[in-house]
Amino acid sequence: MGLFDRLKQSLTKTRAALSEKVERLVSGAITVDEQLIEDLHDALISSDIGVNIAGEMISELRKAVNSGQIRDAGEIRSWLRESIALLMVDDDDGQHLLPSRLKVDVVIGVNGVGKTTSIAKMAHFHQQRGERVLIAAADTFRAAAVEQIEIWARRTGTGVVKHTAGADPAAVVYDAISAAKARSIDRLIVDTAGRLHNKANLIEEMKKITRVIEREAAEAERRVLLVIDATTGQNALAQAKVFAESLTVDGVILTKLDGTARGGVAVAVKRELGIPVKWVGTGETLDDLQPFDSRQFARALL
Amino acid sequence: MFSRLSEKLEQTFKRLRGKGKLTETDVNEAMREIRVALLEADVNLGVVRDFIGQVKSRSIGAEVLESLTPGQQVVKIVHNQLISLLGGTQSKITVASQPPTVIMLVGLQGSGKTTTAAKLANWLRNSGRRPMLAACDIYRPAAVRQLQVLAEKLSMPVTVATEPGMKPPAIARLAVTEAAKKACDTVILDTAGRLHIDELLMQELAEIRRQAKPHEVLLVIDAMIGQDAVAVAESFNNQIGIDGVIVTKLDGDARGGAVLSVRAVTGRPVKMVGVGEKIEDFQPFFPDRMASRILGMGDVLSLIDRAEQVFDEKKAGELARKMRREQFTLDDFLDQLQQLKKLGPLESLIGMLPGMGKMKEQLKRARIDHSELKKIEAIIRSMTANERADSSIINGSRRRRIAAGSGTRVQDVNRLLRQFGEAKKMMKRLQNLPAGRGKGGFNLPFFGN
Ligand SMILES: Nc1nc2c(ncn2[C@@H]2O[C@H](COP(=O)(O)OP(=O)(O)O)[C@@H](O)[C@H]2O)c(=O)[nH]1
Ligand SMILES: [Mg+2]
Repeated sequence: MGLFDRLKQSLTKTRAALSEKVERLVSGAITVDEQLIEDLHDALISSDIGVNIAGEMISELRKAVNSGQIRDAGEIRSWLRESIALLMVDDDDGQHLLPSRLKVDVVIGVNGVGKTTSIAKMAHFHQQRGERVLIAAADTFRAAAVEQIEIWARRTGTGVVKHTAGADPAAVVYDAISAAKARSIDRLIVDTAGRLHNKANLIEEMKKITRVIEREAAEAERRVLLVIDATTGQNALAQAKVFAESLTVDGVILTKLDGTARGGVAVAVKRELGIPVKWVGTGETLDDLQPFDSRQFARALL
Repeated sequence: MFSRLSEKLEQTFKRLRGKGKLTETDVNEAMREIRVALLEADVNLGVVRDFIGQVKSRSIGAEVLESLTPGQQVVKIVHNQLISLLGGTQSKITVASQPPTVIMLVGLQGSGKTTTAAKLANWLRNSGRRPMLAACDIYRPAAVRQLQVLAEKLSMPVTVATEPGMKPPAIARLAVTEAAKKACDTVILDTAGRLHIDELLMQELAEIRRQAKPHEVLLVIDAMIGQDAVAVAESFNNQIGIDGVIVTKLDGDARGGAVLSVRAVTGRPVKMVGVGEKIEDFQPFFPDRMASRILGMGDVLSLIDRAEQVFDEKKAGELARKMRREQFTLDDFLDQLQQLKKLGPLESLIGMLPGMGKMKEQLKRARIDHSELKKIEAIIRSMTANERADSSIINGSRRRRIAAGSGTRVQDVNRLLRQFGEAKKMMKRLQNLPAGRGKGGFNLPFFGN
């Protein structure tokens, strides 16, 4: 099964509710009436896209209807999809990063969103494409977090650099960078502690980690990836804002899209903060991670 | 009561009142504001609809429209309606007449079940019970280990699979039969997180339920969950049956509207809430506080609660006496600082206050204050006992010595002494005020500039 098929399959449940609704509305409606527009509005809100964006999209929709840009109800769905897809296009092509042998991905996010699991999946993904990957177990905070990443790493055959529980995460990262250089690693992935974003210490810890990377791996292609759980509501935007205030966040990993949640809040994150989704997580096995595709996402959402 | 919603409603009504007579359409406009506020707080759309219906019929009453502050009146109605929907009063955890009481935790991946199992166990023990844990999450890597580490910290028994391949229902049953042997009267079952649409895993939960016969099945949900909360809660309730809810991560800044969604679709009460990273950060649920939080009015009550927990009443009384007698010294000041530090990072306190969104600047300042606290502490610790008791003896050479000793600059020492002098003056003025409100006291003359 191809990647996109897999994504599509796991997202069918996601899209079913909304697309059925739209289909039903559209087939029954001859002209675009107020009720129809209201129902579309509701459908957007149910995806966690947020009241503001839903409202704006709907008023754009109204404009398009009034200006004759949309002539029959059948065009509405594709029109909305298109505007979501356009908004979600990942315009970061990595051109601003120096091409380099060593790539460093730091994975951050609040508790339980799926950082550690996503890291295992990413390691697997890149190794399948011939990269040599190393993992830094810098979540020294949660009980048994190091054991968790080690079990995954054993399954994927990836090396792990770790210290003992409670150790300084930045020191783990420092050692991991030296090891990456010594072992001519292509990609170092850093697992971090999942704590709530309103804890100042957490942000300081993340800043310290990124400073160590900037200093010790100055030549590397460095990215900070924020994990967002698709089940999360509007607070995901608050999370992204707080992290983006003190760190350069390069992309989002949107997890748990295999449930019934639609992850609409990722649209808000892209629009308000310009942070594109890079990956989507669709399950708990190593293959359940796909690079993000904005059209696929829009089609799955609506 | 100050919240964005109440401000917005006030504006709406002001605009409307210009027209002379208020109609039902006008009330609808106010309801739209409430709708937006609830949706922003992640209350499910369907639940919002029902809720608005109820509030509307109450708001159409003449008292509201004729009131001088109809906006606030409506907020009050919304607030009260929220409280009654959230359960009105607290609900307790059921205890079986015949031990052991079995409590089973269920929920989505990442909602915080394992941590909650340990917190609940600790909380029950503090209320006089003898709990033990059971590790029924055999799927997530290191989940069993995580529970073992937590149990070890608590010195509490934990049942794990006794042989490879042992299934969760068998582990649960084993734990229940072992309870008496381990001299425990309560068994807490930690189960693996699962999607509500994962049929196989949902069947497994039903099987655990059949075999372990829990007295309480508690759904653990993350305060940050969005619109999907309804689908999740409905599935767990329909397929497994739940008796109550535990909400986690309420120490974050999520408004937690999903709590209302879950309550509305299951009818089951929220029993406990997780409010922090530490094992003791676990409390009963207060519907009124949650209602305020959903409306963006801040969790001021929780803040006060926490302050009361931390502030030593005896010390506070002693301090007041000293202030009255003008005997407040640098040692007392240091004491106050220590209490302040126990309250935790200032950010997390500010997070509990209303109007969080607009407080970024204050947050930044609070962060600086925190490092400032460390500096002040270092300076005072570098003083001799005599100097602390009587700051007037601290002359130029003593100041230089203190600065060197604390790794600060003489200016820092000067500033601290100046602030201390000002605070003493301020205290003199404060003495003339009526006696302090409530217990615990919140006397922090040095806090804030
Ligand atoms: N269904 C589903 N579960 C996931 C996904 N990603 C992670 N999880 C689960 O979410 C839970 C928390 O994941 P973990 O990686 O430990 O989160 P962390 O605290 O952010 O490191 C685990 O039970 C994972 O198996 C996903 O894409 N889909
Ligand atoms: Mg982790």
